[in-house]
Amino acid sequence: MSNTMTDPKRIIIEPVTRVEGHGKVSILLDENNKVKQARLHIVEFRGFERFIQGRPFWEVPVLVQRLCGICPVSHHLAAAKAMDLIVGATKLTPTAEKIRRLMHYGQMLQSHTLHFFHLVSPDLLFGFDADPTIRNVIGVAKKFPELAKQGVLMRKYGQEVIKATAGKKIHGTGAIPGGVNKNLTIEERDFFLKDVDQIVAWAQNALKIAKDYTTQHLEKLAPFGSFDSNHLGLVRKNGQMDLYDGVLKAVDSQGKVIFDQVDNQDYAKYIAEEVRNWSYMKFPFIKSIGPEKGWYRVGPLARVNICTSIDTPLAEAERKEFMALTGGKPNNVTLAYHWARMIENLHSIEVIRNLLNDKDLQGKDLVVTGKRREEAVGIVEAPRGTLFHHYRVNKDDQVTMANLIVSTTSNNEPMNRAVEKVAKDHLSGVQITEGLLNHVEIAIRAYDPCLSCATHALGQMPLTVNLFDAQGTLLDSRSR
Amino acid sequence: MTADLGKTPASLRILVFGYGNPSRQDDGLGPALAAAFETMDLPGVMVDSNYQLTVEDAATVAEYDAVVFADAATEGPEPFSFEPIVPKSNPSFSTHSVQPNAVMSLAKDLFDAKTAGFVLAIRGYAFEPFVSELTERAGQNLRQAIEFLSAAIRAGRLRTGR
Repeated sequence: MSNTMTDPKRIIIEPVTRVEGHGKVSILLDENNKVKQARLHIVEFRGFERFIQGRPFWEVPVLVQRLCGICPVSHHLAAAKAMDLIVGATKLTPTAEKIRRLMHYGQMLQSHTLHFFHLVSPDLLFGFDADPTIRNVIGVAKKFPELAKQGVLMRKYGQEVIKATAGKKIHGTGAIPGGVNKNLTIEERDFFLKDVDQIVAWAQNALKIAKDYTTQHLEKLAPFGSFDSNHLGLVRKNGQMDLYDGVLKAVDSQGKVIFDQVDNQDYAKYIAEEVRNWSYMKFPFIKSIGPEKGWYRVGPLARVNICTSIDTPLAEAERKEFMALTGGKPNNVTLAYHWARMIENLHSIEVIRNLLNDKDLQGKDLVVTGKRREEAVGIVEAPRGTLFHHYRVNKDDQVTMANLIVSTTSNNEPMNRAVEKVAKDHLSGVQITEGLLNHVEIAIRAYDPCLSCATHALGQMPLTVNLFDAQGTLLDSRSR
Repeated sequence: MTADLGKTPASLRILVFGYGNPSRQDDGLGPALAAAFETMDLPGVMVDSNYQLTVEDAATVAEYDAVVFADAATEGPEPFSFEPIVPKSNPSFSTHSVQPNAVMSLAKDLFDAKTAGFVLAIRGYAFEPFVSELTERAGQNLRQAIEFLSAAIRAGRLRTGR
């Protein structure tokens, strides 16, 4: 990116940024040295949509895992759901549906657990302003070893669920167009049942930490990077939370329904993407409201806000407590994401426990087909939010069009707003203090953004904050 | 190029863990090495592979006497370097992955692991997205790394915590 911002509309993101995949924040001051604008620049790989053109459709659920080494299961399942429809499989067998759900909730468990224990718990346990050399997972391991151990073993449990259902850790093949290629053996089931109650208890413990911290520090947390917003996600037709499948629903900041019961295949009638010339990443918005006010949040906070109930008892009791805080209206506090994420984490392990006790997982009927189609959309709720996969396939079985909206893209505008709010509230003078860097980091982290699609070796994920004066001169720069 | 390997005691459990994204060209060096070791079936050697290292790998590492993390290196010696790891934290901003020294640190702190850790950093040159083939030079480096590590393990020359 350039070092000057003489015109903030003409920031150039150089290719090296795309490769490194880091978060870069630019803060622009006005003539009075007050924050005029703050922007978060995140890199998104768009090359995949071209890469996949011409490929046979049945390869897509495996190929899409090349997009992201962090949440490959979400891409695997969103693509598989689209390809189900391409092969005419409008309803999967009970075994296939439940194996996929087990895989998906295993992914949710491991991802939410990792985010909370690895990235968030240090902030909550040591405080926002603690020394970053201590405020990390190693610091937690040294001071709270039992808690850290629970986090590691919960994560491992989720990963093992994925391995058992997807077949392997890299480029899993479990979900195929029309179903799955394996069931869960009795031995695998018993392996997971042995520890499942322990994992439920640990998930309750993690949730309590997030809840207690939020409620005890509400005065400080409520305004932190917060703002009213719309919320969007999948729910069941009856309004209940469902992270694998459902209809699209969006509500405004007060809970008024913007749309509901929207079939996945019709998403493009309700959502559009705006291109802005300072960012590679698009800005999705709700068409009926327009780009100015139609942006929305996705992910745990949005999902807990839009659902009417959760069908597992422990998580439902926690959801009621969460919603009671705002009188049943959507919670718009950015840092409430952590609490909502842990409610979903508890829900995920409850779902896993229910599924493990379901004999359908050992069924033999794995695949169905039907009348072939040429266009389909698959949507899942990935750990970070709603993930859209849209494909067209020609008569020769080749993909001719792919459009993906990943959850970090949907949260693009909210993350930018959170950063600007934090900058306005916490920037003092014309220097980037350690405190400001901490606060920017914590605001972005609430969304659990995926900044590292498709690579790890180069993606060391530094956060860089640049401060510019009204003339576009770089005043200060700090990285972590 | 390499650390002193020492002498490997008999009946050790060794984990060879190759990580990286096979769809990012030379970033796939780690998984490619893991795939090669899968076919060797060396006594006492287990092989694992993933896109990146994460915290739960600490629990796995703790079950072994020695672990070799094989990864692509964007710079540094050719064809590869082989070094012992000092457990250490590496605070990160938002990535879900951790570095080998952090995994070792967690294994030690949480599971009282005595595991000896090594990094086999194989030099790569190009990391383009959605390219599955290694560059020719990286492929040559990989072959030398495989030869080196398999010979060291077969000869019992991997120093461990025992």
